[in-house]
Parts: sequence; C-alpha cells; structure tokens
Amino acid sequence: MTLSPTTMAAVRASGAIPNAEFLLSAEGIRKEFPGVVALDDVEFKLKRGTVHALMGENGAGKSTLMKILAGIYQPDQGEVRLKGIDIRLKSPLDALENGIAMIHQELNLMPFMTVAENIWIRREPKNRFGFVDHGEMRRMTAKLFERLKINLDPEIEVRHLSVANRQMVEIAKAVSYESDVLIMDEPTSALTEREVAHLFEIIRDLRSQGIGIVYITHKMNELFEIADEFSVFRDGKYIGTHASSNVTRDDIIRMMVGREITQMFPKEEVPIGDVVLSVKDLTLDGVFREVSFDVRAGEILGVAGLVGSGRSNVAETLFGVTPASSGTIVIDGKEVVIDSPNTAIRHRMAFLTEDRKDTGCLLILDILENMQIAVLQDRFVKRGFVSEKAITAACEEMSRKLRVKTPNLQERIENLSGGNQQKVLIGRWLLTNPRILILDEPTRGIDVGAKAEIHRLVTELARNGVAVIMISSEMPEVLGMSDRIMVMHEGRVTGFLDRAEATQIKVMELAAR
Amino acid sequence: MDTNVAAHGTSTTLVGSRRRMPPEFNIFLVLLGIALVYEILGWMFVGQSFLMNSQRLTIMILQVSVIGIIAVGVTQVIITGGIDLSSGSVVGMTAMISASVAQASTWPRALYPSLTDLPAIVPIGLGVGIGLVAGYINGQLIAKTKIPPFIATLGMMVSARGVSKWYTKGQPVSGLTDQFNFIGTGIWPVIVFLVVALIFHIALRYTRYGKFTYAIGANVQAARVSGINVEAHLIKVYAIAGMLAGLAGVVTAARAQTAQAGMGVMYELDAIAATVIGGTSLTGGVGRITGTVIGTVILGVMTSGFTFLRVDAYYQEIVKGVIIVAAVVVDVYRQKGRKKT
Repeated sequence: MTLSPTTMAAVRASGAIPNAEFLLSAEGIRKEFPGVVALDDVEFKLKRGTVHALMGENGAGKSTLMKILAGIYQPDQGEVRLKGIDIRLKSPLDALENGIAMIHQELNLMPFMTVAENIWIRREPKNRFGFVDHGEMRRMTAKLFERLKINLDPEIEVRHLSVANRQMVEIAKAVSYESDVLIMDEPTSALTEREVAHLFEIIRDLRSQGIGIVYITHKMNELFEIADEFSVFRDGKYIGTHASSNVTRDDIIRMMVGREITQMFPKEEVPIGDVVLSVKDLTLDGVFREVSFDVRAGEILGVAGLVGSGRSNVAETLFGVTPASSGTIVIDGKEVVIDSPNTAIRHRMAFLTEDRKDTGCLLILDILENMQIAVLQDRFVKRGFVSEKAITAACEEMSRKLRVKTPNLQERIENLSGGNQQKVLIGRWLLTNPRILILDEPTRGIDVGAKAEIHRLVTELARNGVAVIMISSEMPEVLGMSDRIMVMHEGRVTGFLDRAEATQIKVMELAAR
Repeated sequence: MDTNVAAHGTSTTLVGSRRRMPPEFNIFLVLLGIALVYEILGWMFVGQSFLMNSQRLTIMILQVSVIGIIAVGVTQVIITGGIDLSSGSVVGMTAMISASVAQASTWPRALYPSLTDLPAIVPIGLGVGIGLVAGYINGQLIAKTKIPPFIATLGMMVSARGVSKWYTKGQPVSGLTDQFNFIGTGIWPVIVFLVVALIFHIALRYTRYGKFTYAIGANVQAARVSGINVEAHLIKVYAIAGMLAGLAGVVTAARAQTAQAGMGVMYELDAIAATVIGGTSLTGGVGRITGTVIGTVILGVMTSGFTFLRVDAYYQEIVKGVIIVAAVVVDVYRQKGRKKT
C-alpha cells in the first residue's frame, strides 16, 4: 500500500496511527553519486521507543542513509516505510510533516531571531488581526520547554546561546512538530560532559514517550550509554543490527572494519633518512593539543582518525594557514616559526588540501595557471616578469609525468575529472620541489585508476627522500602506504603504530575511544 | 596547419576551441554592431555618416579616455573580486589639489601665490601621488579590517568628495600653466589612456603581479594556501587603482584648464560599466584590459551616437542603463553556457 505524503499526513492528523512492528523501516536502499555507490542494498529498522545508533567509519554511508530518511536525498532504489506504510519523501519539509525530524550537526537556526520565533517559524500563532501573537508563542514555548525540562528564556536571541543550548532549541523544535522519529547527527560533538548528560536525559525522556531516535555517533561509550540497538555500515553496505547490551567494543570495531584488504599498494621499502620535520607539543587552542611527532626523509607518516579528530587542523597549522597557539616546529634541526603558507613554502613544505574545490583549484582558470601559481613565489620570475616559455615547458613536463588527461594546458581545470584535478594540484606542489609534503585525503572522490597512479607517485617521492605526511580516511590506504601511522582522537594523538604492527582493528581502537 | 587546429577544436570541447578566439572578439562584435546601427540610423534620419567623420570619432574617444584610465584600475580591482566606488571622488580631489599647485603667476587669485609657475611634473606627481595614497588607504582598510570593498571604497568616495569641496570651500581653481594644461590638449588624454592600458595589459598577462591578481579573484583560499600574501597584494591593487584615478584627475583638470569640486561625479560607475561591458566578471578571476578598452569605446560610441542622432539627453541615460544591464545579463548567460559544456 502506497500512500502519498499528504494522505499520510491526514492519517496522522486523524489519530488513527497504524500499528506496525517498526516505526520506520528502509529496505533495499541504493543511492549512487557520480562515480560512487554510497549505499548498496541497505536496510534499517527502527522500533518505537528505542534509540538506534548508526555506526561506521567515515564514508560508510551513515550520513547518506540518514539524509534519505530525512527527505534530503531520494533513494535510487528501495523502500522507506513509516509505520508500515510506503512513503516517498520529496523534501525535508515533507519528512517533517510526516513526523520525521532531523537535527543537523551544523545547526540550522536563525541567529538574530528569538528562541520562540525559531521554534514556531512558519507556524506562528496569529491574533485576530492576523499579526503574530508573541504572548501565545511564548506560552507555547514555555510549555514545550517544561515538557522537555529545558531551562531557557524563549525571548532570548539564538545568537546569545551556547552550542549546547542551540542544540536544545533544535530538539524542542523537532519535538514541537509532534515527530515520531528524531534523527540526531553526532549531537554531542560540541558539548561538555554535563551538557551531554542533560541531552541524554532528554533523549531518555523522549524515548519513554514512544519516540524513535536515530542516533549517529563516532563515540563508542555513547553507544553503550544511550543506544538500545545499533546498526553497522561499511563501505556503503549494511553489516548488521544488534542490541547494544550483548556486544563488546571489540565486536563493534570488528564489524566496522572487517574488510579484506584486496587493493594492492605500490609501497616500497626505501631507505629512511634523517628527521626532517619534528613537531613538539603543537597546540591550536580549542582544536587540538600537544601534538608531537617526527617525520624522516623517505618516510610516509600516515595520519588516521575520524572526522573531527583534528587531523586536517594539524596539517593547516603546520602549513601556517592557522598558525599554532603554542608548540615548536623544527625543520632540519632548526626551530622555525611558520606564520603563513608563504613561510611554509620557503621552508620547502607543500600542502595538498582536503577540499579540492574550496582551497585547491582556481576553478575558472586553466591548467597552466593552476599549476604554476605556487612556484611563482620564487622561481620562473625575473624582475616581476614570468618566464612564460620556461614555466609552460615545466608545467607541460609535469603534466606528462603525472599523466594529466587533457587536450592541452589551456583547458579550464573545472572541466577535468576529480582525479585529473588532483594531479594538477599535486603538480602545482611538485614544481616547488618540496622536502616535506603534506597530503590531506589525496585520493578522496577519485576513480580507482587515478588513485593507483597517485599512490605510485607518492611512493616515488618518498624514494627520492621527500618526507610525506598523509592524512586519509581510507583505512586500506593508510595501512597500505604508511611506514608509521599516527592516530588522532578528539584533538589528541592517541598513539603511533609501526607498519608491521598496524591493523585495522588497532587503528580503530585508537581512533574511537 | 589551420585545418588541423579546426579539427582539433571541434573534436575536443567548446572551451578548447573558444580559447583560440580571444574573448574580446565577442565584445568587439558588439561594438561594431552598435556602430553599424548608428551608421544606418544616421543615413536614415540625419542624412550623414556616423563613422566617416574623423572629428566626431576623435571627440568621442577624448570624452571617454578619462573614464578609460580609471577603468584600467577598476578592472584590476574587479578581477580580484572587489569593487572600487571611490574613483570618481578621487578624480575630483586630485583635480583640485593638483590644479592648486599648477597655477600661473599671471593669475591674480592664485591659491598659493608662492607656489606658482612650478614645472608641470610637480602638480602631476602630486595628483598621482594623492590618488595612490587614497587607494592605499582603501587597500589597507580592506586587507586589515576585512570590511567589504564596497564599504571601504564607499567611505573613501564620500570623504574624498568632501576633501575636494573643503579644499577651496567650493571655489573653482583656474589660471593653470600652459605646461600643465598641455597634458589635456589635443589627443594627449587618449595617448595617456592607451599607454596606461598597454602597461597594465602587460602587467596582468605577463607578470607575477598579474597571475596573483587572477588567482586571488578565482579562489582566495586557494591563493593563500599557494603562498600568495593576499593582503599585501590587495593593497597593491587598490593603490594602483587609486593612482590611476589620480592620473585621471590630473588629465581632467588639464583638459578643462580648471578644477572644480564636482569633477568626476559618477565616473566610478561609468568605469565599472566599461569594465563589465568589456567582459570582466564581478565575481572575480576573469577579465582583460583589452576588453575594458573596447568597453570604454562602447560607452563613448553610445553617448556620441545619441548626440549624433539628436536624442534627448534624458533618453540617453535611460537607454544607457538598459544597455549596461543587458551586457551583464548576456555575460551571465554566457558563463552558464560555458559551465554546461
């Protein structure tokens, strides 16, 4: 039986809620994005009055599934049932009206409006002249807060609230829709311990009222504390659902990482030289603390950790994008202060950023212009004039060496595939002849062929004595390419693993405390 | 060889083939189109040729050369993704100040009687220098306080106009030396415009300054990570734009052989219009001086053509506004089309 969302809404309004085993269920869900299958034949079943955690590594498909349940994405295949009735959610609003509310990680409140206005937006109570009845709105908000045991002034502007309190407002807003299903995306990532305790109180309360809660988290201890059941995903596939009372941490880690490493990595043992870069107690206030490590010439130091562990922030600080609050950076035995990318480049560092579009490509410019921009700081320039012939020849040679697929270097970089864009950006840095190369997710979102080529290239650079720091969310890549692995969790280094001893489980244990 | 190129062009993408046709070509066609329309209308309604009149063409270019000098600076600012609203007021301010030290001793009411009959290089240098300082202040404000360029240069626009009025309490400055006036006589303003355009055409295309300017406009984050000192570079760009506005102020005063506080009003908008008509994108990263030169000439042809057809001045402004907007709309669609290919 398929009902349109509006019919479903009418059914809800009549109070005749169908009695089904599962509050919300999804079966055979498939979702593809250009080049990747994000979800492949995935299932998910949420019972009434339970907290159901979604677990998995970065890119396992949790977020995509959650977005499908919240109406943000539409699945390519598969069915979503709300209380046994097929539904097709066309938009987040559609989901909301069907009783599915999502609380986003990046909160979606309007900072210059009051708490009450934010909660009742679009549904403001009106007085008989058709104006918003602020008194009534305040009373409605107070009643709602009383029910949720939230202690907040409904009249305060949201911008004055802490992140935790904003989260409370989001939850109150979701509850105000009389939602049956609440989806929470890492709700505790910015909260203190006390705030987390309050949040969990509210969650337990909502659970006892029969609401089903989908809870996404990277934190293992939260799973045991709050979740009744959990489902594990890996590489876009559904692995299984279990009650959280009868599993151990190790069981879950095994489910999350239990894949065979089938991809071949062109890792070579190369002679490891002297320490090139030595970092001690590097700290960026509020982001990461006391990060210390050495990298040697020819060594590939892998950096693992879940999203939000501070991996990329360490890279940005090393490169001077966000200069450190404290700590020392020593290059070739000399202490240096790196206060801008410019200084970093002068110390022969190079940094391939995580986000190609935001911080890498000059999208509207051509390949040549993209490739030459970093090296022009100190080479190929005479009295301000760029030696066009020399730089063009150098870029052409580089793009041949990296096998950039393009008819010519006058092609705009935005017309290239992700893999080719990445090669151009790597070329940009190789032209500067770096001694320390920081790669942040060097193969994210690119096809298998280009991936292998980039791996081969990184190996070759290491052989030539470059010290490589490689941040990656892909476990096989980290394990396959690194000489040593540094693992981070919540802004701290939780351990180092040598190539010989590193396994997926050991990395995961350090990454998810 | 030619057939080879053509075959290659069609076998790859549209972008690939478009590269072989400079982007100014389209704008040049627009210029020709507008001129032709006037030519035809001229024969129909006025009974004479629009184009076959060298005197008219000279006056036309003369009228827009000051706008052109400003537009060369504005183009660079817009390529970085910024905007400069202060240029018109800087023209007024530098016209007044440079004229005040360019007065002849024969003039009975010299502002600084002890500073008369100075060599022309002094008032010219002073005007250009004050423009440079104004632009430098714009750049500092934008780079250091991170306020939007629109606001920083809006402030300069208001204040610089204030300076030019306060300077003589609204009195015009006249009796300028012949040596100073020389730069505004005959074809000289046009030569200044073309030389400035050539210098910055070369600077944008062949120097590191130019490459960095485009990179900042294309993606300021990526530019920063690539080691570009974005703040220092923006200060340079705004200082150059101010300097060129200062030069335009000097030329304006020399051409009129007098300076008034109201000189250059709305010039910044004409310069922005010329730049945008010339294909520079307000979102940054795209634009060329050659396009701006053609855009400037288009503005001149439009004005001159209306006068030639004896169109009421009021209608002129109405139609001019429509044409400016139309040019940008066309550009937006062109950009969209490019993305799809």
